[in-house]
Amino acid sequence: MSASLTKTADSSITGKRFQIKDKYTLFLMALPFLALVFLFSYLPLYGWIYALYDYQPGIPLANTDFVGLQWFTAMVSDQVQRAEMFRVLRNTFAISSLGIVTSILPVIFAILLTEVRNSKFKRIVQTLTTLPNFISWVLVYSFAFMLFSVDNGFLNHLLMSLGWIRSPTNILADDDHVWLAMTLWGVWKGLGWGAIMYIAAISGIDSELYEAARVDGANRFRQIWHVTVPGIIPTYFVLLILSIANFINNGLEQYFVFANAMNMNHIEVLDLYVYNIGMGNSNFGFATAVSIMKSIVSLFLLFAANGLSKLIRGKGII
Amino acid sequence: MATRQRFTLFDALNYTLLGLFTLACFFPFYYLFINTISNNDISSKGLVMFWPKGFQLSNYVHIFQIPGLGMAALVSLGRTVIGTALTVAASGLLGFLFTKNQMWGRRLWYRFIVVTMYFNAGLIPWYLTMRNLGLTNNFLAYIVPGIVSPFFIILVKTYVESTPIALQESAQIDGAGNFTIFRKIVMPLITPILATIAIFSAVGQWNQFQDTLFLVTNPKLFTLQFILYRYLNEALSVAELMKQAMSGGGSVANLALQPTPTSIQSTVSMVVVIPTLLVYPFFQRYFVKGIMIGAVKG
Repeated sequence: MSASLTKTADSSITGKRFQIKDKYTLFLMALPFLALVFLFSYLPLYGWIYALYDYQPGIPLANTDFVGLQWFTAMVSDQVQRAEMFRVLRNTFAISSLGIVTSILPVIFAILLTEVRNSKFKRIVQTLTTLPNFISWVLVYSFAFMLFSVDNGFLNHLLMSLGWIRSPTNILADDDHVWLAMTLWGVWKGLGWGAIMYIAAISGIDSELYEAARVDGANRFRQIWHVTVPGIIPTYFVLLILSIANFINNGLEQYFVFANAMNMNHIEVLDLYVYNIGMGNSNFGFATAVSIMKSIVSLFLLFAANGLSKLIRGKGII
Repeated sequence: MATRQRFTLFDALNYTLLGLFTLACFFPFYYLFINTISNNDISSKGLVMFWPKGFQLSNYVHIFQIPGLGMAALVSLGRTVIGTALTVAASGLLGFLFTKNQMWGRRLWYRFIVVTMYFNAGLIPWYLTMRNLGLTNNFLAYIVPGIVSPFFIILVKTYVESTPIALQESAQIDGAGNFTIFRKIVMPLITPILATIAIFSAVGQWNQFQDTLFLVTNPKLFTLQFILYRYLNEALSVAELMKQAMSGGGSVANLALQPTPTSIQSTVSMVVVIPTLLVYPFFQRYFVKGIMIGAVKG
């Protein structure tokens, strides 16, 4: 007891020195974690120099030929490579655009769900539609595999027993509709989860606005259109702007698990392409060069989105 | 609502539409499950469609006779428990530290962490860095890179800022150090947000697939997700595993119980998803809170 009293007295006398010591103690407590961030997020940036070398796994960089910007020019050097880059970018843009088009679905879902008056039904719908967000893409692929495979899949069996088709179709190997299929799986997995934010936004709308609309003779649809929709549009715009920032970052996992030799032509987005040439073909220099270009473009998109957000809402997203 | 509204055509359509989508979300889970508890012979022909046929539970016994699957379950469980514990502790501590104005270079270091949400060196440079750090074929690769998560730190920092500072001050006057203040005063106050983080982190760890794909070739370190992916893609190796599983469990003459690629794939899928399904009802109330706080800052 007396010890703690003395300590308090001490610290009040040498208050200033105590503060200065504290300043560094707090920093030292954070230091190990800052080191981790440096190791895993900043140190890899040093790896960008691999784009300037003809690096082969296993050979130290010092013994590797310096090739300058060769890998960067290689992206557009000949007809074949240009066509390849064009194909990959086309897939990336197509799937991202479809993602942006379908981003309106969670809004519609949220509006429809709040129009449900049976609270039990509402809860069941929300619980079960959010569930797919919490499973991995591998598991989604497993579902797809079981439901859509050629020889014993659910859908082929169902359609054949109904007499709608004569022979089974291999949906998972279908290249022509793979953009649509990927978008639909994205919707299946993300719709319920994506709607949560809008549902919260709707519940935050002042109920007096609805009262006023009703007094003015607005029916249910007019109430939705004039009260609910304006209430959630701001939230929608923020998320829309964020999706612009992520336009070329489709991610890898979904496309990796669904990819096969038959659908590679249309499923290969930038992230999958980098994986295939880098990890698959061990062409590290070229893959790094493509990664760098992608990082630069996505940084540019982030700033563009941020600028757009400042213009529209008066505040940025970063 | 003073007057009870009529059930209109709109309501009928609305209920139907939502009901159908809900069914589409739930049906795959159900479909896989009824296939795992049905007669394997019927199931492998794709004839188990809406309800189980030829009830049996032997798949859930056989599955653990597949070499490596028990190990993979342990690896998945280990990374989930250890990874989540460390991520929650680090996020809590850092979120608290970054509310302290007197910390040396606080704004700079906070940005140093948060800015990593927006850039990425790319897969290959990251992979080569991990290799140089000795984190290939290493269990630590599942844990260490995920300890510091900018998003979680933002969540905690926002939450700590909303708690009364007076409690911390009075503890400081009583002579408590920063760490004691964190542990005794701040931690109990921020339990709800730590629970939210624990859920997101645990689900993320359990579902993680790519790090095994990039960094691990040693079968002892394969996770359940990775094993499932391999079973789905390598029919040949599944056939091989079936033979081993059968010789392990004595000769299974009965076709109904004999493992098939379908039975193995669907049963492993269920093993992967059941833990998520079991904890889902408990964490449901937390994630809404999490996503809302994230939305405010995001």
